This record gives sequence, structure tokens and C-alpha cells, in this order.
Amino acid sequence: MDPGIIGQSLARIEGPLKVTGTAAYTSDHTKERVAYAVPVGSTIANGRIAALNISKAREMPGIVEIYHRGNVGALYKPSPEAGAIDEARPPFADDVIRYYGQYVALVVAETFEDATAAASVVDVVYADVAAPNVELQLVADDEPAEVSRRGDPEAAYDASPIKIDRTYITPAETHNPIELHASLATYDDDGFTLYETTQAIVNHRNVVSEILNVPRENVRIVMKFLGSGFGGKLWPWSHGTLAAAAARNLGRPVKLVVTRKQMFQTVGHRARTQQRVRMSAQRNGSLTSLRHEAVNDAGMLDEYDENCGEATPHFYGTSNLLVTGGQTRRNIGSPTAMRGPGAVPGLFATESAYDELAIELGLDPVQLRLQNEPTRDQSLDVPFSSRHYAECLTVGAEKFGWSLRSPAIGSMRKDGSILGWGMSGCSWLAARFAAEARVELHADGSARVAIGTQDIGTGTYTVLAQLVAETTGIPIGRITVELGDTRLPPGPTSGGSMVTASVIPAVLEAARAAMKSAIGLATTLERQPFKGWSPEDLNFQSGKIVARNGASGKQIDYHEVLQNASVAMVSGGGKAASTFGEEHPKRSSHSYGAHFLEIAWQPEIARLRVNRVVTVIDAGRIVNPRAALNQIEGAVVMGVGMALLEEAHYDPRTGAPINSNLADYIVATNADTPRMDVTFLDYPDTKLNELGARGVGEIGLAGMASAIASAVYHATGVRVRTLPIDIEKLL
Amino acid sequence: MNSFTFTRARTIADALRSARGDVKFLAGGTTLVDLMKLDVERPAGIIDLNALPLAEVRRTPDGGLHIGALARNSDVAHHPDVVRDYPLLSQALLSGASVQLRNMASTGGNLLQRTRCVYFRDAAMACNKRSPGSGCAAIGGFNRNLAILGTSAHCIATNPSDQNVALTALEATVHVTGSNGERSVPIGDFYLLPGQTPERETILEPGDLVTSVTLPPPAPGAGSTYVKLRDRASFEFALASAAVVVTIKGGVMQRARVAMGGIATKPWRNLDVEAALEGQPATRERFADAAQILLSDAKPQSRNGFKVELAKRCLVHALSVATAVT
Repeated sequence: MDPGIIGQSLARIEGPLKVTGTAAYTSDHTKERVAYAVPVGSTIANGRIAALNISKAREMPGIVEIYHRGNVGALYKPSPEAGAIDEARPPFADDVIRYYGQYVALVVAETFEDATAAASVVDVVYADVAAPNVELQLVADDEPAEVSRRGDPEAAYDASPIKIDRTYITPAETHNPIELHASLATYDDDGFTLYETTQAIVNHRNVVSEILNVPRENVRIVMKFLGSGFGGKLWPWSHGTLAAAAARNLGRPVKLVVTRKQMFQTVGHRARTQQRVRMSAQRNGSLTSLRHEAVNDAGMLDEYDENCGEATPHFYGTSNLLVTGGQTRRNIGSPTAMRGPGAVPGLFATESAYDELAIELGLDPVQLRLQNEPTRDQSLDVPFSSRHYAECLTVGAEKFGWSLRSPAIGSMRKDGSILGWGMSGCSWLAARFAAEARVELHADGSARVAIGTQDIGTGTYTVLAQLVAETTGIPIGRITVELGDTRLPPGPTSGGSMVTASVIPAVLEAARAAMKSAIGLATTLERQPFKGWSPEDLNFQSGKIVARNGASGKQIDYHEVLQNASVAMVSGGGKAASTFGEEHPKRSSHSYGAHFLEIAWQPEIARLRVNRVVTVIDAGRIVNPRAALNQIEGAVVMGVGMALLEEAHYDPRTGAPINSNLADYIVATNADTPRMDVTFLDYPDTKLNELGARGVGEIGLAGMASAIASAVYHATGVRVRTLPIDIEKLL
Repeated sequence: MNSFTFTRARTIADALRSARGDVKFLAGGTTLVDLMKLDVERPAGIIDLNALPLAEVRRTPDGGLHIGALARNSDVAHHPDVVRDYPLLSQALLSGASVQLRNMASTGGNLLQRTRCVYFRDAAMACNKRSPGSGCAAIGGFNRNLAILGTSAHCIATNPSDQNVALTALEATVHVTGSNGERSVPIGDFYLLPGQTPERETILEPGDLVTSVTLPPPAPGAGSTYVKLRDRASFEFALASAAVVVTIKGGVMQRARVAMGGIATKPWRNLDVEAALEGQPATRERFADAAQILLSDAKPQSRNGFKVELAKRCLVHALSVATAVT
């Protein structure tokens, strides 16, 4: 393997396509005779449809068809084994309305404008309309599930001199990538070709083929570029089903782009959570118990487990621990995974509680964490594959200047503002999904890697090219990356920050198989240097075939071999199994990190801003530091929004997500972006894959809200346990 | 969006002639087009004003300033005369929206900017302003950014503009032309309280066209500022804002003009507040007294009670900045 490409800060190889507007995102695709579909959403959240009056809409210009329960045709629930979907009920399956915005009809017209105009005059008559249950107080409907237990946390808590018992609340948040969810569906004799905004083409195919009741091989999913997903585009949503059904019924392509308002209603959100955390300690700071009991809300039909205790069992060193998770049903659209699902709201609670415990103990919060650092995963009783959390803490503290912190509330001032310094740890899982890949080496000196995964804007195109360049020595500019199409070998879902770790074994194996094929060819060619050699005596280095011992001085470019053999290409396949969700893992694999940050508080105008953030991340080997930095910085900015701004509000009377636009659902802007200083420790985790890379997509968001809450307390003396930390909580 | 006719007016007379029936004037389009997409506005026709010669910014003979109705917010904000003599207006404009929106938005359009109340902007919701008699869903709903002053049982929508708050403190005059000829209206008389008719927001009659805004000569020696408070650092409507112009002599406030935004159903000016300041020493105590008067009639809604305190801090801070009192 040629060293050097892995670890380089390369610009995105697809960047020129994006900045010149030539990258075709899902809704940029079009087809001849395409019709435009606009779904009609319910304006109640609890009741049923008594009648659907579509006669007026039918008279509108350009109408092709209006679909509803009576004429949409057969749609099925996918079997549990098909794959993941958060709203399993097919659209129009019954007349019951369970959340505001639920699709009740689909208008298809010759133009988008015609469809929109007609959709606005579809008249839905409702019956049995009842007050929606969007109650904010969360109590689990059933006995919460025990996620993890060790020791006797109840007894240890009771026996400890220092205890805290706090409840933390995180609101519903919406993903709101700039790219709206979209689907362009075509149907012909070969089946369905669906251009989808998806983070998981393979899962999408597997699930949607069952919904449409067609063979899996008759569904092709294409997604070449995604305008971000943040988890909201992981699993199929009803609009895609409707577009496919309409294309099937009409025999013509149908395009459907959901509106920004519908982005708040029908394509998931981060579940609201309510988390009780009880911690106890000895006076010296030794953590004697931790109980983390979470409840999240879910839609009326489907289970949704936010798994707030995702990081709790392994992150905290204590002999006595309990983690539970419960759910309660509400008249809301189904929640779904959002960047760092579970761990992000969970760590807001446990890291905030840790901060509160440190204050109770009179200990520095960094010291408390270092003091309770576990040496192995106490929940699984296995070693960590690679854990450098303590170094994240010490390096972060050093870079930030934490030792200069004066702990008294409001005691630090600068430029007329009160400063607050806060910190938090963070963690996120590391694992691999199953992946297959194919690598071709071409006679013109180029290479192509094909894998049915997707680049959701995070740099996967570039990482794949780097892997092939590193393995083969072929220059990165001569490598084509083909992804985003289910015709390719099945690759991993872009979720859980797992793509890079997942593709490494498969791509390396495929590249090596292709190289081996080229070597084999070289030994068969007449009048060439390696005729009759044993392949075991040859190496593929920097795009050349060379003698393994190097003594002969002979070498030949691989593409010369291919040309001389009159073959267009050699290729190889690679395949690696999943390690995700293993029942008895041998090791505990996670990424770690720490945020240290400063906020400025101006009480005279109730203005709170985040000035600077120092983040240290232990995510294994960093394949492309530039892309990785982009992920962490983006997550830090998202963390500012999560901590201070973001909340989806449901109108208590109608159940409508009411701030359903980007002016009223406020996220951090460029002007809110703090100065950021990100460090990667870069310790390879070779137990996970050969290169030792984990993932960086989500961990940067974890711990940001608790670090900001900690800093806000330091500045104001107000401990905010319900996000977001808005102005009214500080007045 | 429904089908509509589109007419480009070549002259003011042309525009007035075309303004018959269910038509809307289009300037920057940053409110109107938005509302058409949301199905809140459904005009049968659009009359595009952008070819009219109404973009000029120039001095008036009395030393004031004429701002054409089509002058873009960016152009006004960066106009040297505005920056020098009416910095308050420049600050207010630059605190609003984004660069792209300010490049499009016009002075006249901003004057008539519609509320950001989510119930007004959602055709499925009850709203007396959009659909008279349908009720006000904002009362008892998501009203965090809505008004605490000037409300009625029928409407609590906030006037969202920054520009109009500054223009109110600067005592601007709005010039209107219509079928009944030309009129000049002090900005304090231009906006209506919602009362029982929240659909009527200004004194404009159907077919009236705002042609310009004029400002009186700048108050000599006055200090001024625009303070806008909001959750994030940019691109958000005010939760509370204050435009103040204060002239001080010997530590005593001779003349004070105060207008508030983000908290009221129209750009809010309360003469009692100004009276409480004038003749008083420029101290935080006197500023706080004025803020108390300003908010004494406040009617907080279910979600916006914090605005009472926020508005007080906003005004006290603005007066402190304008008078350089720390």
C-alpha cells in the first residue's frame, strides 16, 4: 500500500460539479412527459375523513388525476425484515387522521403550479374531530424498557453523601436540510426507477419494493447528490410511495417535492425527550451510581425509541447503573433519527447532570471526568477498542486555557459582557454496516470504484477515491467514483457516521483483487518482463507491477499489461460483514471528544452569544482532515442552534407544527458561528478496520448543548434543563 | 399559486389606471410573492411598478430627505446622506432581513410589509386579518413573537418592520397618490390599530400608491440609535426593537423621539414616553421610568410575557447608547 493519500486534506472531488450547478440533485432530474404531484395534508390531527370533495379541484386547469384512498391502488406495509421505515402505514391506508398534515389526497397535474392550485381547493370534510394529544409532559405509556443495568444503583444512591436528581427536556427538532425531500418516479416494463432524496438507497429499494409489491430487482433507486439529510432522509416516507403509486397508475413519470411546511409534518423530526438523571458520588468525586431514565414521544401507530441512553452505559465509570427508555404516543408525525439520535439528547442530560454534580462536589468538571474514567466497558465487560477520552479532556483544557477559569458565577468579564466558560464530553458509536464494492482498473490507466452507498454531502466520493488511490497508487484524478444507484454492489446506509468505516474493508479487498488480477495477467504475457513468473513473486505498487524482491529491477505499468493483453479492464470485488448491533461484541468501539467553550452574556439586553469553541475529537484515523473538520465544525454550529434556538412548536389546539418555516424555526446563521478550533487526536482504531477510521458525522453535535448550558450557568447562575436556552429563560 | 395577469406600469398614471378590482402592486416582491406562494394572497392581477421613476433619494429644499418608494433598502441604507444624517434609518435597515432581501425590498414595500404571524401566513388557520371574521388563532396559540401593545380581541399581529420603526422616530411623512389626488400623511397617522378591522392596516384606500417618504431635516446635535433584540445574531425579526433620537443640553434631554418595534401592532410611538424624558437628566433611572410608562398598558399573551421586560431593557439600552450614558 502506498502511504500518503489517507490523511490528506483533499478538496471534494465532486466539488466542481456542485459549485458550477451541474451536479444533479434529486429534484433536478426530469423525464419526458413528467407530471407533478402535490399532496394534500390534513388540517386536523385527530379524527377521520368523512368525505373528500374533489369536484372543484378536478375542474382546475391541467389536472391529470387526483388520488385518494379510493383510487390509489394497492399499497402494502413492508414486512419487518424488509428494512427500516418509521411510518409503516402506507399513505391513504384508512380514513383515520393521526397527525396534522397526514396526506389525504394527491393532486397530479401537468405543471407544479397547476397541481398546487388544485391542491388548495381539495375540500376535506372531517368527522369525530377530537383535541389532539400533543401534551408536553411525557410519561411512558408502558413500563419503560431496561436498556442497561449493573450493580445496585438504588442502594448505592441512597448510601451516598452527594446526590443529584434532575429532569432534562429536549424539544422536537426538525432536520430541515436546505434540499427539500423529493421523489421522481418512473414506471415501465422494467419496473420502477425512483430518484429519491435518500441516505440509504439499498434500504429504500428493499422497503419500497414491498410497499409496491414488486420484486426487489424491479426497483432501482438513484441518488447521486443529497442537499443534506441529517437523518431525516434515512428511511422512506409516504411522499415517495405516493409518487411511485401515481407513476404506476398513470404510466408516466411523476415528480413530487414536499414543501417546507410539510418538512415539519410528514418526514420526521427528533423526538421530544424527558430524561430523569440521578447521580451519586463520594465526597472525593468517585461516581457511585448513575440512573438515566428517558421517555420520548412517538406517533400513534409506530414504535419510536430515541435511545437516549446510547452512550450512558460505557461512557461513565461507575459500578451501579440503570438506563431505561420509554415511549408515549402523541398525535404527531413519526419521529425519526436526527444527527446523533439518542446520544445527542441523552448526553445533554447526563453531561449537564455531571456538570451539576461537579458543582455539588466543589470539583472542577474536567477533574471529575478524569477521575471517573473507566478502563473497560463496564456494561459489556469488554475492553475498549480504542478510547482516548481523557486525552480529549486534557488537550481541550490546555488549548482552551481552562486553568484560567474562575468558577464563581458571573465572575469573568470582557468587553462589557459576562463570560461563561463551560465544557462537556461527548461520545458516539463506532461500527460497520455490511458493504460490497467493486473496483475496476482500466487499460487507459484509470480506475473506477462502484458501491451502492451514497454521498450525503459529507465527502464519501472523495474518501472512496482516496481508498483506491492509496491501495493502487493510481492518481486520485484518474479515479472515478460511482455510487448512489442500487444497480451497484450494495453499500452501507449513510447513517450512524458509519460509511467510511464500513466501506474500507470492502473497497480495499476489491482493489486488491483487481490488482491481483492485473498481476496474474502480467505473468501470462509473451515478450513481457514477468512471463512465467509466479504471481506470489510480484507486487502492485504505484500503478506498476514490480518484482516483490525488487532485485530484478523489472517493472511494468499495469495499464500496459492490460493493453498488451487486449483487455479493457480487470476488476475485483470486496465484501465485509456488519458489526452493527452485535450481540456479544469482543470490544466496545466508540468515538470520543470534548468541547470547551465561551459564551458572552449581556444582561442589559438579554443577549447571549457563543464566542469560541475548542473541540477535541478521538475518532480513530482521519482519512480526510478537511472533510472531517467540515463535519465537526458544522456539527458545532448545529449545536449552537440546538442549545439556544431550535424547537418545533405544536399548536396545542390543532396539533399543527406551527413554526413550520425557516423564519420561525430558527437555526444558527453564519453570524452566530463561533470561532472554532478543532483537533483530531488521530489514533487509528484498527480493531474496527484496517485503516483504523471510525466516523465523524455526528459526534461533534453531541455534548454541545450541555457545554453551552454549563457556560450559561457559569455566566448567569441560571441552570437551564429544558432546551432551547431561549431569552425568556434568562430574563 | 393561482393564475394571475401581469401588467407592467410605465407611468404613475398608468399604474393608477390599472389598479382596478382585485389587483396588487408589485415592488420588490419580498412580501407579496411569498404570500402568493403560501396561498395567503390570491390576486387576480399584478401591476409591476418597477419601471416607474420612484427610486430616487435626494435632499429636499428644507434640508430633509426624499426617499422614492422604489428605492431599495440596500441603496437607502448605504446612501451617504442617510448614513451621515439619519444613521438610525441605516442601522434599522441593515438589521433587517438579509443582503439579498434588502437588495430587492423597496421603501414603499417595507412600509406595507405584512405581519409574520404564523396564523396569518397559514391559509388553514383562523385569522381575522387574512379572513375577516374567522377568528384569531394567535390568541392562545404560538404568539411568542406577537404584540403586547396595540392589540385587540381580534388581532395581536406585530408589524415586523425595522425601517418603519426608524421612520416613526424620525417623524417621516408618507406621500400617497390615488384616485383622489395626492396626499401627505405623517407616519404616525399612517398605520391603524387592528381594533375590529385588523384587515385594514393603513389609511390607504384601494388603488392608492405610495410614491415617496420624506424626512424632516436632521435634529441638530441629536444622538440616535436603533437597537434590535432577537434570538439569533441575524436574519430574524425583532422580538423588541427601539429607535431613539435624543438631543441633550447640559445633561438634560431637550427633545426625545422614541419608537418601538417587535412589540406592537404598528410601529409604536407613545408621546407620554417622550414627555417623560424631555426636560429630565439623561440617567438610567429616568430611562427606566420612561420604559415603565411605555409598557404600562402592555397586554402579554400566553407565550410573550417576556417581551415586557425585554422591551424595557431594549429601550433603556437604546437611550443609554444614544445619550452615551453608561
